[in-house]
Amino acid sequence: MAVENTILICAGGACISAGEESVKSVLEEELKKYALDSVVRVVETGCMGACNLGPIMVIYPEGVFYQKLKPQDAKEIVQEHLLKGRTVQRLLYKGPTGEIKPKAKEELPFFKRQVKVATRNLGVIDPVNIEEYIANDGYFALDKVLHKTPEEVIEEVKKSGLRGRGGAGFPTGLKWEFTRKSKSDEKYVICNADEGDPGAFMDRSVLEGDPHSVLEGMEIAGYAIGAHHGYIYVRAEYPLAIERLGIAISQAHEYGFLGDRIFGTDFSFDVELRIGAGAFVCGEETALIQSVEGKRGQPVQKPPFPAQKGVWSKPTVINNVETLANIPVIINKGAEWFASMGTEKSKGTKVFALAGKINNAGLVEVPMGTTLRELIFDIGGGIPNGKNFKAVQTGGPSGGCIPAKYLDTPVDYDSLMELGTIMGSGGMVVMDEDTCMVDVARFFLQFTADESCGKCTPCREGTRKMLEILDRIVEGNGEMEDIDRLETLAKTIKDTALCGLGQTAPNPVLSTLRYFRDEYEAHIKDKRCPAKSCKSLIAYTIDPNKCVGCTACARACPVNAINGEVKKVHEIDQDTCIKCGSCYEVCRFDAVEKVDAIDLVTN
Amino acid sequence: MPVILETDSRFKELDEYIDSVKEKSGMLIGVLHRAQEIFGYLPKEVQSHIAERLNVPESTVYGVVTFYSFFTMKPRGKYQIKVCMGTACYVKGGNKILERLREELGVEESEPTKDGLFSVHEVRCLGACSMAPVVLVGERDFYGRVTPDKIPHILNSYRQKEAKNNED
Ligand SMILES: Cc1cc2nc3c(=O)[nH]c(=O)nc-3n(C[C@H](O)[C@H](O)[C@H](O)COP(=O)(O)O)c2cc1C
Repeated sequence: MAVENTILICAGGACISAGEESVKSVLEEELKKYALDSVVRVVETGCMGACNLGPIMVIYPEGVFYQKLKPQDAKEIVQEHLLKGRTVQRLLYKGPTGEIKPKAKEELPFFKRQVKVATRNLGVIDPVNIEEYIANDGYFALDKVLHKTPEEVIEEVKKSGLRGRGGAGFPTGLKWEFTRKSKSDEKYVICNADEGDPGAFMDRSVLEGDPHSVLEGMEIAGYAIGAHHGYIYVRAEYPLAIERLGIAISQAHEYGFLGDRIFGTDFSFDVELRIGAGAFVCGEETALIQSVEGKRGQPVQKPPFPAQKGVWSKPTVINNVETLANIPVIINKGAEWFASMGTEKSKGTKVFALAGKINNAGLVEVPMGTTLRELIFDIGGGIPNGKNFKAVQTGGPSGGCIPAKYLDTPVDYDSLMELGTIMGSGGMVVMDEDTCMVDVARFFLQFTADESCGKCTPCREGTRKMLEILDRIVEGNGEMEDIDRLETLAKTIKDTALCGLGQTAPNPVLSTLRYFRDEYEAHIKDKRCPAKSCKSLIAYTIDPNKCVGCTACARACPVNAINGEVKKVHEIDQDTCIKCGSCYEVCRFDAVEKVDAIDLVTN
Repeated sequence: MPVILETDSRFKELDEYIDSVKEKSGMLIGVLHRAQEIFGYLPKEVQSHIAERLNVPESTVYGVVTFYSFFTMKPRGKYQIKVCMGTACYVKGGNKILERLREELGVEESEPTKDGLFSVHEVRCLGACSMAPVVLVGERDFYGRVTPDKIPHILNSYRQKEAKNNED
């Protein structure tokens, strides 16, 4: 019997966390029950990007998009949609004003405005089935390059204008050329899949949803520079990515796309997985090389660069996951096509992970030069709960925060640099009026201080000193001179740290000082946290005019700090209160308020 | 802490893995991953064994174990509760979740509870930012959009599971 329907189920990280597996198993049981399993094809795909709507299912040929599914919903979908041809209205996407969008994937701005290159196969193919990758032009580019000279391949990548997507934005073609020119009996390709920036999940989604595109990119790099061996360094926090890469590697071997004499040519290439062990600094290329060799992941001085002396002291190309996933498309569609997208100095598209205080948290790919406003409001759906946008953080612990007045900035490597932040790997964490910018800076400093490998003094000691100062400020014990101290320390660390981790660690502080200096001053001079977020500076109180005595807060309080009888106004005992905010979360009458602690004291 | 004897059958399992690795150079981290899977943690006895089998100094093994946060020299709870401390989770109150967990369990840092059932760990971004704040119990049980008041409920579900296992 011919297949009549194809059901794509998103098996990206967020959908799995939201219960995709149980939805799928109920679906399959139900299909069996009605003997539909031979005419309905169920495909688990990589991340479709609309992570806040998960679990998601799209049913073809119609393209009906069902969202926020529970296992039992799968029964209804089989009985109603598949058997009776009736769309299940209840499970369709509804816009903010209640309008129904049955074919959300074609209709929503979230999907419509994207241009997918690196994520072309995500949500489209089954990542554990190599034939689906092949059917979508997979390994076609590899075949194509094996009929060219390595120099021609490098020229093509150079012409495309592709820059590294792992953070620094170094031109990929140039990096390949340097490594090609290094003389050695052996060379290596490393795929950097360490994705350590908190708030970033682009690489994870590509590894899980389209692992072959990364393998193909690595092989093309290998051919271009003259390497026969590659390593993929994946962080241990991504077990599913590790599993899918393992499957992809063995399938590619089976089909002759990896191994000896690929496509009957003289080119042989092999790929090995290396699993990280929880050290952020290992994303830095020289530290990563140490770790691949099984050592402590401490960075080493550059030069020599990996292009001259990399893993096992041999010339090595290190590229990021997304960089490599772009390569097969550039080869297939040509450098001109790729370079026609983007801005003058940043070509092509970029994948962003939208997270934080944003309605459509998820994964998006757009042409370089798309403005922050388009990304956050048109595609990302703006800020939840009617709150105001305050800032967007890019570049993780090496980056900075961009305030509202720059929302119309077209995003590319250079424009972000001008604003005092970096593109980084593409994580964008959106913050609203409830986020304290001093606390955010402190969060990142804590992160880098913890992750500093300890090898060089500026980073090891300097980040710790900066953290101490920030701790003081958020606790209300700062002094105005602390701001100068932070600036002096920042400058010294930037100029003297050994590797990129230390050199960029002060950025979150410098950028928040640049745009949100008033918040620092409010903490120091007025002992107030404008966002009402820093624990030491706030207190919770109950508005007697709003409290109805429902007792919800008293029941939620973990330390029994709230007193009051049913239907009578409740009160918080400030001495017992640990400011956990549980009462604030549970009150349905807006009676619990956050106030500046200093006002309570003086009253 | 009980000492693990050299006659422990788990060493055999580890040796089988070490023998299966063709390319020994650079495999130390991989071997440690496997050893931690087998033993649950990496006490001195296990480290010495690995050093001997891979023919590297014990100090090198120790150096690597202490460098990477994934490796632990102390036992962990049967259910490891990982609280994501990525930016998105932090902005959405991940630290409140952490505090509530430690308070409910009466533990500090990542020490296991007295019954050995739980230990609480701060972890780096789990890459599930759209569900922030997130908690991962063991390797598979994801809890998204967690609020502090959901914590007792989550913990109880594991206690009940244990009680049920003990009955069977
Ligand atoms: C502290 C630190 C962490 C880094 N983490 C990553 C990472 O997780 N993933 C990544 O691809 N690059 C990371 N990088 C950048 C790499 O050093 C390197 O530039 C990159 O892998 C090169 O690949 P690309 O040219 O394709 O971007 C990091 C750099 C520093 C300084």
